[in-house]
Amino acid sequence: MSLKDKLVSSFLAFENHVDIDSKVHDIRTEAIKTFENKGFPTKKDEAWKYTSLNSVLKHDYSVFPKQENALAYSDVKKYFIHDIDTYKIVLVDGKYSSHLSQTTHDGIDVCLMSAALSKPKYQLIIENYFNKVATKDGLTSLNTAFSKEGAYIHIPKNKVVAKPIEIVHFSTGNEAALMLQPRNLIVVDENSHVQIIERHQSVTDNPVLTNSVTEIVANKRAIVDYYKVQNDNLNASLIDNTFVEQKRESHVSVHTFSFGGKLTRNNLNFYQNGEYMDSTLNGVTIIGDKQHVDHNTLVHHIEPNCESHQDYKGIFTDNATGVFNGKVIVNKEAQKTNAFQSNNNILLSDKATINSKPQLEIFADDVKCSHGCTIGQLDDSALFYMKSRGIPEKEAKGLLMYAFSNNVLSSVKIPELKQRITKLIANKLGVNIGFDL
Amino acid sequence: MLKINNLHASVEDKTILRGINLEVKAGEVHAIMGPNGSGKSTLASVIAGKEEYEVTEGNILLDNEDIEELSPEERAHKGVFLSFQYPVEIPGVSVTNFMKTAINETRKAKGLEDMPANEMLKLIREKSELLEIDRKFLSRSLNEGFSGGEKKRNEIFQMAMLEPKLAILDETDSGLDIDALRIVANGVNKLKSKDNAVIVITHYQRLLDHIVPDFVHVLYNGRIVKSGGKELAHQLEEKGYDWIKEEVNA
Ligand SMILES: Nc1ncnc2c1ncn2[C@@H]1O[C@H](COP(=O)(O)OP(=O)(O)O)[C@@H](O)[C@H]1O
Ligand SMILES: [Mg+2]
Repeated sequence: MSLKDKLVSSFLAFENHVDIDSKVHDIRTEAIKTFENKGFPTKKDEAWKYTSLNSVLKHDYSVFPKQENALAYSDVKKYFIHDIDTYKIVLVDGKYSSHLSQTTHDGIDVCLMSAALSKPKYQLIIENYFNKVATKDGLTSLNTAFSKEGAYIHIPKNKVVAKPIEIVHFSTGNEAALMLQPRNLIVVDENSHVQIIERHQSVTDNPVLTNSVTEIVANKRAIVDYYKVQNDNLNASLIDNTFVEQKRESHVSVHTFSFGGKLTRNNLNFYQNGEYMDSTLNGVTIIGDKQHVDHNTLVHHIEPNCESHQDYKGIFTDNATGVFNGKVIVNKEAQKTNAFQSNNNILLSDKATINSKPQLEIFADDVKCSHGCTIGQLDDSALFYMKSRGIPEKEAKGLLMYAFSNNVLSSVKIPELKQRITKLIANKLGVNIGFDL
Repeated sequence: MLKINNLHASVEDKTILRGINLEVKAGEVHAIMGPNGSGKSTLASVIAGKEEYEVTEGNILLDNEDIEELSPEERAHKGVFLSFQYPVEIPGVSVTNFMKTAINETRKAKGLEDMPANEMLKLIREKSELLEIDRKFLSRSLNEGFSGGEKKRNEIFQMAMLEPKLAILDETDSGLDIDALRIVANGVNKLKSKDNAVIVITHYQRLLDHIVPDFVHVLYNGRIVKSGGKELAHQLEEKGYDWIKEEVNA
């Protein structure tokens, strides 16, 4: 049985476990039909031209892990920003881990999607926001059909959340192969500010496929800083579907750090519904081996006087492949839009490849839009210059690559996170950098 | 200290150096002059170990050791320093961080521990004052957006930090105004001792008024065609290179 058939046929059993009377039931039923029609994307779909899911869909994934599997904090501590206090929503094999989590209902809601979907208290927010900004493509619909667990974050107006929120999905290898479908909803109301760090981490080498959907709503003047740390092991694949709806004067940034994983596809979509706002999409990708990372971004400028900034850096070695597909749409009404996009890549081996494709669809006339894409090797004259000062080749290369990704790092606002990313980059590049840039 | 014997070098099958002989002893200052395109920068790069140049004949001895097989960084660790005619921009790496890395890598190569942070700061302060470099400058990306003069001054700052045994200054005077020239020359002179040596590549007498050479060599068409004392530089300043070219071609 194909994975698609398996998923479709297990839907009934899944629905029996959850609350059939809930409003979400209709949404799920609709969604499974959409998935049944559309299925998984193939390379025939324009947006999937350079990314084939064949190699990750071939496993016989268990779609509902049966056993509970506990993780000891000491074993997974390193995956948290443990030197600062944070809220934590932690899922282990798709199930809530209460002892690893630190949720709250004190003025803000940082809790579980399962609770939000079932309790009357959250009904209004769910009705207003759940599955609203998410699109109805095959993968997102598949997630919607099985949406049950994940992070639910609601920040009412005028709150600056003092601690960052960590959303961590662990898989334990309890099942030979596991498919996860986390569903997150983040609603940030007027004037509020929140920082969120998301991570998917498999603790064994068993294959894992995560098809994640995150909906983020930033209401008027809200500030949301979202960081995705993708450093999973080489048998774990991730399809991340993130949808951001912004209202007037809001500021949303999403940083994506992609270092690990077998196949990673980031579908990152921004919809600007209002004036005077900005959206920031930054990424650093450093991969080798046969790893594949695909950034597929969309920024839709709907109203006037808004900005978007995209800055993606990639370093590819061995047989690694990268894709950057950045789409910017500027509606006819969206005058005075400033939309910037840049994608810079370094290829360290002959066998590494990057496909970089900007797509600008501009229907307004008074706009500033730019895009730039570079693909290069390390600069030999810079290397000689550094070596002539006594810096060995390996360190010189590391320093150059490190400096290359620096722009993106400098906009990380959580110092402890920045430090970790710095270390991850240094490790990934095999250099020992004795200072902070 | 440095002995170059019958050095031939080429790049992309094009011969540039055609038999250079030069001996530089500790405590000496040598000037190398010559028309554009004669091979001065190539000679400097070959001594520093730039890989794209191929030594086809002859050798370079540093303290009696043939350095042909040494990488640029190994030569640097042995005390070779090249002040570039065109310093390279390194975006994203500050002057300070670059120097910290260079100094600690050099120490590591000698089996020493990293320089303690306070000592490093003191050294940076001392040397930046010597070259009258503003502190703000040190946190900027190396050479990025620097003016020609700033780049050259920064090269000598690096030289002061690294205290090389053999410094090669490739047209360090170009791009410098009179004041900057005096500051840079003063910096070089402060570092001069009986144990180190300097090779100054220049077109002009004016730098040599400040850094006084013991020997002046004229490089033309890949060979040293004339050597003399500091008066040769005055002669060249007055008469240009045509008379030398005529002598050679005769
Ligand atoms: N990397 C290179 N590739 C090709 N030709 C070169 C290269 N470096 C130097 N040359 C050539 O070698 C000759 C000498 O250059 P250079 O050493 O820069 O002279 P100078 O410093 O005396 O002006 C010139 O004709 C120059 O074009
Ligand atoms: Mg030159």
